[in-house]
Amino acid sequence: MATPAAGTRAEPSERISLESLQVGSYAYPLLTTLALFVAWEAVARLGAISPFLLPAPSEVVVTSIRELPLLLHMSFYTAGEFLLGFLLAVVVGLPLGALIVYARPVEQALYPLLVAFQTVPKAAIAPIFIVWLGTGITSKVLIAFAIAFFPIVIDTVVGLRSAQPETIYLVRSMGANAFQVFWFVRFPNALPAIFGGLKVASTLAVVGAIVGEFVSADKGLGYLVLVANGELNTRLVFACVLMLTVLGIAFFFLIEALERFVVRWHVSARQLEATGGH
Amino acid sequence: MRTPSNLAVVASPPLRASVVEPFVRAKAVEKTYVSRGRELKALDRVSLDIPPGQFLSIVGPSGCGKSTLMMMIAGLIPVTGGEIVIHGQKVTAPYTDVGVVFQRDALLEWRTVLDNVLLQIDVRRLKRSQYDAAACELLARVGLEGFESYYPWELSGGMRQRVSLCRGLIHDPSLLLMDEPFGALDALTREQMNLDLQRIWMEDRKTMLFITHSIWEAAFLADRVVVMSPRPGRIATTITIDLPRPRRLSVRETPEFGRYVAQIREQFQSFGLLTES
Repeated sequence: MATPAAGTRAEPSERISLESLQVGSYAYPLLTTLALFVAWEAVARLGAISPFLLPAPSEVVVTSIRELPLLLHMSFYTAGEFLLGFLLAVVVGLPLGALIVYARPVEQALYPLLVAFQTVPKAAIAPIFIVWLGTGITSKVLIAFAIAFFPIVIDTVVGLRSAQPETIYLVRSMGANAFQVFWFVRFPNALPAIFGGLKVASTLAVVGAIVGEFVSADKGLGYLVLVANGELNTRLVFACVLMLTVLGIAFFFLIEALERFVVRWHVSARQLEATGGH
Repeated sequence: MRTPSNLAVVASPPLRASVVEPFVRAKAVEKTYVSRGRELKALDRVSLDIPPGQFLSIVGPSGCGKSTLMMMIAGLIPVTGGEIVIHGQKVTAPYTDVGVVFQRDALLEWRTVLDNVLLQIDVRRLKRSQYDAAACELLARVGLEGFESYYPWELSGGMRQRVSLCRGLIHDPSLLLMDEPFGALDALTREQMNLDLQRIWMEDRKTMLFITHSIWEAAFLADRVVVMSPRPGRIATTITIDLPRPRRLSVRETPEFGRYVAQIREQFQSFGLLTES
């Protein structure tokens, strides 16, 4: 195996360059985001665009703070929907992925169906979920689940299949049974891919919950967006979007933090290790 | 060229029964793959005995089925003809009293150096606490003291392969199978690994099957070198290397060593390989 790893820890010059890179990786997105907001603020303040169409970011922030209790109340439902939908997607997606890898008939029977189901636009079938399950939280949870579970299944399958054949032969020469091969090799080896799927799924679950609320709801941030939009309260619409973004980012980074803890050995986490320890 | 040293032992009657019995015996082993509806014969009636404690090396051109043979001896892939017998028992499932080392070190990236060695213990459901000290000692023997808590990605290729070797030895198996273990290493590291391997092997003389495509490596390490033909793999010749141990690197400059290497090379040339214009 070709490993460039020999010098990763040993050479100080390399470590320093990594560190400076790390500083850069924070500075650049911060700078571009700041520039974007300054430009937006300027455009809005100069009166080039009506505040009904595009309120200034500062006004969105003010509205968000003023309406915080309402926003938090609505967030509670939306967050509940996408979290439950996501959890359901994990609970169904991981075993299904494993089943596809281990049971050939299951793969043959289910895989084409799964792909077909994935190509169905979930937004288009969301109204049916509402008809079947009512306007309560259940329908939103299931829409979030339906959108989120596919990447989890696919990445679990890819991850479980990506083990180096030698590692599997090796544990079999130690007398490992099928479960031990899974536990000692296939599953830990699949974790980076699984976390990739989980991260994609986390953002999709939020979309699913909002789509569900758009179709029919009496609570949640998606519902509030519709109400505020109907009243031409653009600031509140943007405040909702801001809140949703914050929730989405928080959820994403929660999973990334978990990933960093669980698969800190993986290539994607190494740069952090190299600088974090010194 | 017959084996003077082994024959001497075989000739003494009281020991005869126990010594003559090979540890590994391949009887007319065949392997045929079917791909795209066509049969492809990888190995053709290979018969081979490895006496207990012998260091046997197989050399052959790429694709001659030498790795396949090793995998079948390990019971990891089935034979399509003939049979493998180890220690008097026919191999039909993975043979587990074995340490296996591949060309790719097959270290688990999520385990530290120590945990990679102890994988052997974990999978076998043995008590970790009983092997902790032995694992550290083994790592120290190959110069990896102080690296126990490192992850594989922090090590060089040679260090990784040393860990893989320790993992193959920690449970004290009676048979070692090595498939081009040093093939991916640079020349200098490779020579060091050859010396280290000889030293470790001489300490308890396990039965060893060592596959390589390096003629020099085979002649330097082995008691007996088996040369295989290109596909379908057959045993072309067997050469006994009667050189005293421990062999030093300078043995390669001796005329005896040169003759062994020439013998193997001529065999390769008879296959139409290594042609010189």
